[in-house]
Amino acid sequence: MKIQQISLFVENKPGHISAPARLLAQEGVDIRALYLADTQQYGIVRMVVSDWRKAAAVLEAHEFVVKLTEVLAVEVPDHPGGLADVLGALDATGINIEYMYAFPYLRGAQAVLIFRFNDLDAAIARLQAAGINLLGSDELLK
Amino acid sequence: MNSVLETGITDCHPASVPDYMPVSALQDLQLKRLQSVVKLAWDKVELFRSRMVERGLTPQRIRSLEDIALLPFTVKSDLRDTYPFGLFARPMKDIVRLHASSGTTGKPIVVAYTKEDVDVWTSVLVRCFAGCGLHRGDVMQIAYGYGLFTGGLGAHYGAEGLGATVVPTSGGQADRQIMLMKDFGVTAMCCTPTYFLHLIDRAAELGVDMKQLPLRAGVFGAEPWTESMRKHIEERTNIEAFDIYGLSEIIGPGVGCECRQHRGMHIFEDHFYPEIVDPETGAPLPDGCEGELVLTTLSKQAMPMIRYRTRDITTILPDQCECGRTLRRIARIGRRSDDMLIIRGVNVFPSQVETALLQIEGTLPHYQILLTRDSGLDQMEVKVEVTPQMFTDKICALQELQTKIQASLDRILGIRVRVALVEAHSIERSEGKAKRVIDRRTS
Repeated sequence: MKIQQISLFVENKPGHISAPARLLAQEGVDIRALYLADTQQYGIVRMVVSDWRKAAAVLEAHEFVVKLTEVLAVEVPDHPGGLADVLGALDATGINIEYMYAFPYLRGAQAVLIFRFNDLDAAIARLQAAGINLLGSDELLK
Repeated sequence: MNSVLETGITDCHPASVPDYMPVSALQDLQLKRLQSVVKLAWDKVELFRSRMVERGLTPQRIRSLEDIALLPFTVKSDLRDTYPFGLFARPMKDIVRLHASSGTTGKPIVVAYTKEDVDVWTSVLVRCFAGCGLHRGDVMQIAYGYGLFTGGLGAHYGAEGLGATVVPTSGGQADRQIMLMKDFGVTAMCCTPTYFLHLIDRAAELGVDMKQLPLRAGVFGAEPWTESMRKHIEERTNIEAFDIYGLSEIIGPGVGCECRQHRGMHIFEDHFYPEIVDPETGAPLPDGCEGELVLTTLSKQAMPMIRYRTRDITTILPDQCECGRTLRRIARIGRRSDDMLIIRGVNVFPSQVETALLQIEGTLPHYQILLTRDSGLDQMEVKVEVTPQMFTDKICALQELQTKIQASLDRILGIRVRVALVEAHSIERSEGKAKRVIDRRTS
């Protein structure tokens, strides 16, 4: 259920994302989803990649500061109100979304969103109880 | 005071005998050596002789140790102005080694050694390491840069002289340093303290627990470091961390070193005569007073240094050490008279920035101070490298960290500074020493 996301600290300067992107390319690691959280000075690149072990190893070997975080890949119906319904399942549960971003491909009429929750296990239980589909790495990365 | 025997001989080596000389015998030896080094410089070094003549002095005027205060100072620019060989007292055929400083501006500083000088240098380093409790059977990894810099070769000769097994890794290649430390069962590490911090962090990233290694001592020098940094290092490893003092102009590392009491660094006074002077006026100050350390080489042949102004601010500790050594000690160097920054009228020392960073939980990151002037007003920015321990994937946590660092710096420095989080390894390093201050203020 849980997906390993790779995060990278980068300074907010021209060219600072190209070096890690090139390293992943050399290793044949595919970036499946990417989100950049930025401030004026620096940013955090969050990625779901085809092989997180390989990605983390090559980035660390090149002295990048890397962090692995567990996230959920949630199927969201691709029609008006689809996201509201999914989020509705979490209302009044105290589960907080720390951040979310879209996975850029569709599974039929479903969109996929990546979520980081403050309480991942509670979120899994709650979303599954509401009949919402969570994707495992196998499904997501095939 | 303890005799040598009562202290136990664990931190002793035959070369350590002069460490325990009765003070009167030490002073007799110092005077005799001072007189002969002054004579040598008078005979062979033009600059020294002309300064003596200006003062109406001849070597015969030096009749007691106190008379040293009559002699002219030597300063760093004298070495630059006479580049490369102007202060040599012996012909090149007698010189077996040249070293040069990395000097950040212009020409380097050149220093020379005769065979006897190299032997003295080796012997003082043997005494340093013996004082740290190291001996034959220890495996010592020397991660100071080998080459023109005095750190690597100096420590190497000392460790070999001690009879230890030397692993001459020189600087750089952290992963290999850690691998060898582990595979060779290294028991003592010699490098700059900032480089060792980097190794601690890197070992953690590689999943190597330094506490599981046989490493038991670290001899750290070539840059000033603090008591809080010692605590930080000792908490993360099983080592006892020693501060070693030296400078190329005098001999290199080994001018002084801590013993296991860790209460100041013993100066090998039979070879290097220490004085403390007022950094403004140059007037001698009594033991116990803080001022600038001035050193005179008592036995150096190739390049005698008379009353060299080190720019290091310290105190000669007035009491004798519990270890039984009669050699006087200087307090750890917290600052240099020339590394004080004046920012908007406030005195700031780079070591204060280190203290402020250590107060934030986590590791001691690499940092650099950047000074600029904006519309006539000094601006200070502290760049802090993000370590794996500090990094989280939430912007708000990084912002919180930045705010905390900022608050700690504001509190300790008393001025407002800007904090920038930068990528790991983005701050340049040379010889394993971090370049701490970049001053882009043009007045």
